[in-house]
Amino acid sequence: MIIQKQKAFEEIMSALEGEEKVFIFGCADCATACKTGGEDELAQMKQKLEEQGKQVTGTYVLDTACLSGEVRKRGKELKEQLDASDSVLVLACGTAVQTIGDGLEVIAHPGVDSLFIGNVVRLGKYVEKCSACGKCILEETGGICPVTRCAKGLMNGPCGGYSPDGKCEVDPEQDCAWLLIYERLRERGKLGWMETVKDPKDYSTVSSPRTLVWEHKKEAEDK
Amino acid sequence: MSNFSEALQSGKFVVTGEIGPPKGTNVEQMFEEAEHLRGKVAAINVTDIQSSVMRVSSLAVCIKLREMGLEPVLQMVCRDRNRLALQSDLLGAAIWGIENVLCLTGDHVSLGDHKEAKGVFDLDSVTLLKAANTLASGKDMAGNDLDGTPSFFTGAVVSPASEPVEPQIIKMKAKVEAGAKFFQTQAVYDPQQMEDFMKKVSGFGVPVLAGIVLLKSAGMAKFMNSNVAGVQVPDALIEEMASVGKKERKKKSVEIAARLIKQMKDCCNGVHIMPLGWDSLVPKLLDQAGL
Ligand code: SF4
Ligand code: SF4
Repeated sequence: MIIQKQKAFEEIMSALEGEEKVFIFGCADCATACKTGGEDELAQMKQKLEEQGKQVTGTYVLDTACLSGEVRKRGKELKEQLDASDSVLVLACGTAVQTIGDGLEVIAHPGVDSLFIGNVVRLGKYVEKCSACGKCILEETGGICPVTRCAKGLMNGPCGGYSPDGKCEVDPEQDCAWLLIYERLRERGKLGWMETVKDPKDYSTVSSPRTLVWEHKKEAEDK
Repeated sequence: MSNFSEALQSGKFVVTGEIGPPKGTNVEQMFEEAEHLRGKVAAINVTDIQSSVMRVSSLAVCIKLREMGLEPVLQMVCRDRNRLALQSDLLGAAIWGIENVLCLTGDHVSLGDHKEAKGVFDLDSVTLLKAANTLASGKDMAGNDLDGTPSFFTGAVVSPASEPVEPQIIKMKAKVEAGAKFFQTQAVYDPQQMEDFMKKVSGFGVPVLAGIVLLKSAGMAKFMNSNVAGVQVPDALIEEMASVGKKERKKKSVEIAARLIKQMKDCCNGVHIMPLGWDSLVPKLLDQAGL
């Protein structure tokens, strides 16, 4: 899930400066789970904007705002309202903003800050577990990701920065990921792996922008 | 071969010192501190943007030290440079005749004075050791041939007072495999702990220099206990520091450090003294420690 936080209302207002008519999109997936762009948040945003003298031409919570097909389909259905708007405010992740902006050829304003790919511990508490590094090593590390959960993204065991209660030097609230890995590998009798020299990470797999096209699709497209 | 590596190979008890570059171009005081170490230590470490607080470059200071006829240990951390820059600086060090390199991960940027900076950590201490030794074999990390091969004497750090210590020892093994030829430890204040640690790592066959940080006051000791990972100053030493007036502190500090060195002398291969600006006390300290 893309963990996100709504931008300050003042920032949204300043982005909408000079625009009178605004349409608001939300998303039923991540934005709803993070309470940034579900039905409730869209209704609240509509009210706040109207209080500030904006005209809200409509609101719509997309099922999944990062799907180009879905966005285009809803865009057609909502054409009239969208055409009557100066711009669109997207209360969903940055991918949604661009999927909507590019797909519907509208001015799309970001209404949230996208933070990380995360796990929803419970409503209101979100933690990062994976940063989509392109080559998963969870198999070796006992299912705990050092790329993401070690503050330095170390590949070869802990730095000297952990405290006796197992916390990281960077944030005393966070567990040292490498101590967690150490404990788990010890339990599973696999500590030998930690003694070996691991290659540095291959960052060629994370050079942006990343794309993935299935091989058979590529061939079909080429034909 | 560096004098430092020869000294270690000879099996003698080896002493190294340390200086920290300043923030700004006034380097006189730092080089004065280094002068106090002349003839007393086998080599002088130069810290690399220590504690993530921006300062003069370690490499530049090492070059100066060599010009002064002092032998440097170039400290290199992985926080600020990617593998291109680290290898490039290693070659740069080599053309100035700098062979001793201490490879560290480095503190996180959030601990320093440029918290908005991007922490790099493209390599880590282990892969930096390996990179330096790969260069010394005539190739770069990508496998390309070098036109002119550097030689390095690479070392690393370990924290005997970390709890738990086992992950440190496991990583130490990886560092040896990656080419660590010596270790300098984080500050240790408990000789028994050092002895126990040395028993566990003697099998690696790599010399270990125990870290000595001069205690400046009881307050500093308490600060380190709660803020510096892997450092534990026992209460007895804190009380000992607190028992003397301000004027007597330097004397007491030297007395404690000399005692620690004597107690640890038989279990390790040398000491790495980090005077934190009190370099002028090092000759007296070594005297009292009987070195
Ligand atoms: S190693 Fe970590 S960041 Fe990479 S894919 Fe696996 S969980 Fe994600
Ligand atoms: S203390 Fe642990 S989690 Fe924090 S940077 Fe060091 S190894 Fe990574």
